[in-house]
Amino acid sequence: MILEHLPALQVTVPLAAAPLIVLVRQSTVAWGVATAVSWFAFAAALLLATQVAGGGPVSYALGSWPPPWGIEYRVDALSAFVLVLVSGVAAVVAPFAWRSVAAELPRDRVYLFYALYCLCLAGLLGMTITGDAFNLFVFMEISSLASYVLIALGRHRRALLAAYQYLILGTIGATFYVIGVGLLYLMTGTLNLADMAARLPALAGTRPVLAALAFITVGVSLKLALFPLHLWLPNAYAYAPSAVTAFLAATATKVSVYILLRFYFGVFGARLVVGELPMPEILLALSILAIVTASLVALWQADLKRLLAYSSVAQIGYITLGVGMASRDGLTAAVVHLFNHGITKGALFLLVGGIALRAGRAGFERLQGLGQVMPLTSLGIVLAGLSLIGVPGTAGFISKWYLVLGAIEAERWWLAALVVATSLIAVAYVWRFVEAAYLAPPGAATPQPGEAPRAMLVPAWLLVAACIWFGLDTSFTVRGARSAALLLLGGAP
Amino acid sequence: MSAAQLIAAALLVPAAGAGLLALAGRRPNLREAVTLVAAALLFACVVALAPPVLAGARPQLFALELLPGIALGFRVEPLGMLFALVASGLWIVNSLYSIGYMRANGEPHQTRFYACFALALAATMGIAFAANLLTLFLFYEMLTLVTWPLVTHHGDDEARAGGRVYLGLLLGTSIVLLLPAIIATWAYAGTLEFAPGGILRDAGLSGPALGGLLALYVFGIGKAALMPVHRWLPAAMVAPTPVSALLHAVAVVKAGVFAVLKVILYVFGVEALAGVRASDWLPAVAGFTVIAASIVALHADNLKRRLAYSTVSQLSYVVLSASLLVPLSAAAAALHIAAHALGKITLFFAAGAIYTVTGKTEVSQLDGVGRRMPWTMGAFAVGALSLIGIPPAAGFLSKWLMFQGAAAAGHWPALVVLGASTLLNAAYFLPIVHAAFLRAPPAGEPGHGEAPWTMVAALTATAAATLALPFAAAVPLALARATAGL
Repeated sequence: MILEHLPALQVTVPLAAAPLIVLVRQSTVAWGVATAVSWFAFAAALLLATQVAGGGPVSYALGSWPPPWGIEYRVDALSAFVLVLVSGVAAVVAPFAWRSVAAELPRDRVYLFYALYCLCLAGLLGMTITGDAFNLFVFMEISSLASYVLIALGRHRRALLAAYQYLILGTIGATFYVIGVGLLYLMTGTLNLADMAARLPALAGTRPVLAALAFITVGVSLKLALFPLHLWLPNAYAYAPSAVTAFLAATATKVSVYILLRFYFGVFGARLVVGELPMPEILLALSILAIVTASLVALWQADLKRLLAYSSVAQIGYITLGVGMASRDGLTAAVVHLFNHGITKGALFLLVGGIALRAGRAGFERLQGLGQVMPLTSLGIVLAGLSLIGVPGTAGFISKWYLVLGAIEAERWWLAALVVATSLIAVAYVWRFVEAAYLAPPGAATPQPGEAPRAMLVPAWLLVAACIWFGLDTSFTVRGARSAALLLLGGAP
Repeated sequence: MSAAQLIAAALLVPAAGAGLLALAGRRPNLREAVTLVAAALLFACVVALAPPVLAGARPQLFALELLPGIALGFRVEPLGMLFALVASGLWIVNSLYSIGYMRANGEPHQTRFYACFALALAATMGIAFAANLLTLFLFYEMLTLVTWPLVTHHGDDEARAGGRVYLGLLLGTSIVLLLPAIIATWAYAGTLEFAPGGILRDAGLSGPALGGLLALYVFGIGKAALMPVHRWLPAAMVAPTPVSALLHAVAVVKAGVFAVLKVILYVFGVEALAGVRASDWLPAVAGFTVIAASIVALHADNLKRRLAYSTVSQLSYVVLSASLLVPLSAAAAALHIAAHALGKITLFFAAGAIYTVTGKTEVSQLDGVGRRMPWTMGAFAVGALSLIGIPPAAGFLSKWLMFQGAAAAGHWPALVVLGASTLLNAAYFLPIVHAAFLRAPPAGEPGHGEAPWTMVAALTATAAATLALPFAAAVPLALARATAGL
């Protein structure tokens, strides 16, 4: 009975929790509610994923209005996969926030953090689960507005400026998206994505449809920080509270990639996007620029959190590179890297949150000899860093495997060479941390009180363990990504 | 225990040992006891696997799904058996030596040292028993990473620089060359399982394409130290001597040539390579490395550097033999993995003993040292004779097979290289022995004796094994012959 309403509960429970928290105002209760909600969301996502794996896509008519008239919630192999990622990361970040947020935010604002956290989670889950283009816009705004405020809660005053930058660019992105959707509505007369997809082939090549594709591409690219539309990201990640950075880095850009995939392959269709338009070439070129420039810029950062932020821009480049290959292995790589990079960056930003708690900031001068002062934090960063590089036995390796495999099967040897060569830049920037933490004696700026509290270490290490586990056993990730890729390319899942 | 359990134990014993070592860090005696017990247990597991393998069985163990269609898998075949026996057996001796060396030199971070060492052995076992290329690659990278803290053990600028070259070259070659080669193999052959006769035979690749893929492999396996990707090995000499002895004369470098042998025998297949003449360039590269590295060794005054370049040269013997594509050469290559290991570890043990007692690191300082440290320099002489290939030392056995293999292949340039390099080996080893025993020590130098007994015991044991191997060669020879299908 209740199971049948799972798709609705997936979104409404976190959505309803936000006003509840504002009413209670008490920070411990707020934390308890937010944690319970994110665990519930994770459980719901896992249940939905098993349902989808067993019996195919789940469709849910909101308010019993059948699609295409009512809003449809639709869970298929791809959206189930993204739901598990988003809610899983939320379930880990919420317990972490207990100590981290208490240290980084003024006491009287802590409850606001948890309310916004639930709102942001509801928005991200809603964008993933909905099968309606306008409903998607609504959830996009919910999650974006929540994240602007979450970023602005950072204790450094520059957090305000970073949030403002993100607000401007994010709003432009959302506006472009809604203009695109408007054009599509004009042409097809429907907002249901599946319905739209069925009507578009007859209209393919008409100017409004092409314009809609262009608007949606640019709008979503702003949201997912595709080079050169990434300028909001480094500051937003660097100045947001640690828990926010970890949560957004692991989920927000990933959901935007999901929307891009959904529109390109699920709505416009591969025949138009890949066959007739130069979208793959454009994506490939921008992805390569993102990977090379952002990796090089990351190498020269003086602060670990900023370094990781630029690395995110580069890693998003690997995801869009897989999208641009538009082949079975390329899309598998994109979807699996969406997941693998999510957990890797989540782990890294959580561990950096531990450093921020002890040292205030994560500038490299404060990381000297960190291996002795915070051994578990440092080891975790090294292991997650190996996943960032793509060393075998870690999740990042699996993504790289499929990227290179996709390039080789398309006989694009230069692309395979580029993917492996650029991961050497990742070796260099991860090794900057290793040398600072292990080959330098603790300096005056190194934090003295020692290891991060257990309430922060345990969640962070859960994600580190996930980075290793999903590098050794890929039955969930690769199978999930593979069926998502087949679904996008129109084959049987 | 069943064979599969023994394989699991061989991987888990050193890994669990590393964990226990970290816990026992505050009590040095307990910690060293853990190391020795772990080493003895590991060797016991590996030895217990030998009889079924010699009888023709191929014990296997498959665990996790690394990728759809590729499991984390282990299968013990003769070549891996030989490699595992050598590495695990020498770990016992090396642990004994390490205890003396690390204590006498007052080295810092000893717990980290022993723990990383144990992890390196776990990785080595993974490489030796790997059933497919992906499993091998996983443990290959793990071996690079866990030996990095050992190379940079001293944490000073020199260690940092050495560590960068080490990591940069080994990770760089494996990521940029080896990984694409493995993925291309998967794309064309549809499998990565090692199989006698190779898996690329039916992939429909042309001769030049196979040759290119082979080049990706042999240069991608940087641990085999083929020129020009050999520079990491001399750079790794900043490590404490026990690391240079077991890891950079045995486990790491042998993992490299072992992987090259596996690729030639079980991925490409000797016949497939010979049929399209895809590997004709490889003997030239290996032969050049043999000679060039010997000449560099001849001019190196630092003893460990001379030994390192000697290792580069000796590793290329293995690659050269393997590239001749005749069974006798393949057997020689397999046997040389064992023979060189025994001789070279003895030489490093001696170098470390000299450094511990006198602080001397240069060849030119060694006048008369043999009179004061007769056991040490006696062992050094045995190791040197073995590497030159003089009977009855172990090196003679493999070198003899190498000459026979090269003759059987009718490859005259290889014969010339082997002959010339034997002379060069003699030219850079014998003057050291000569100076140590026949020259007088510098006047006014304070007298000294031998190194701590654990070190002397260790180097005597390996020297004795070097001399004994030809008389107890049944097992290694049988394994080497089984590898070559003889």
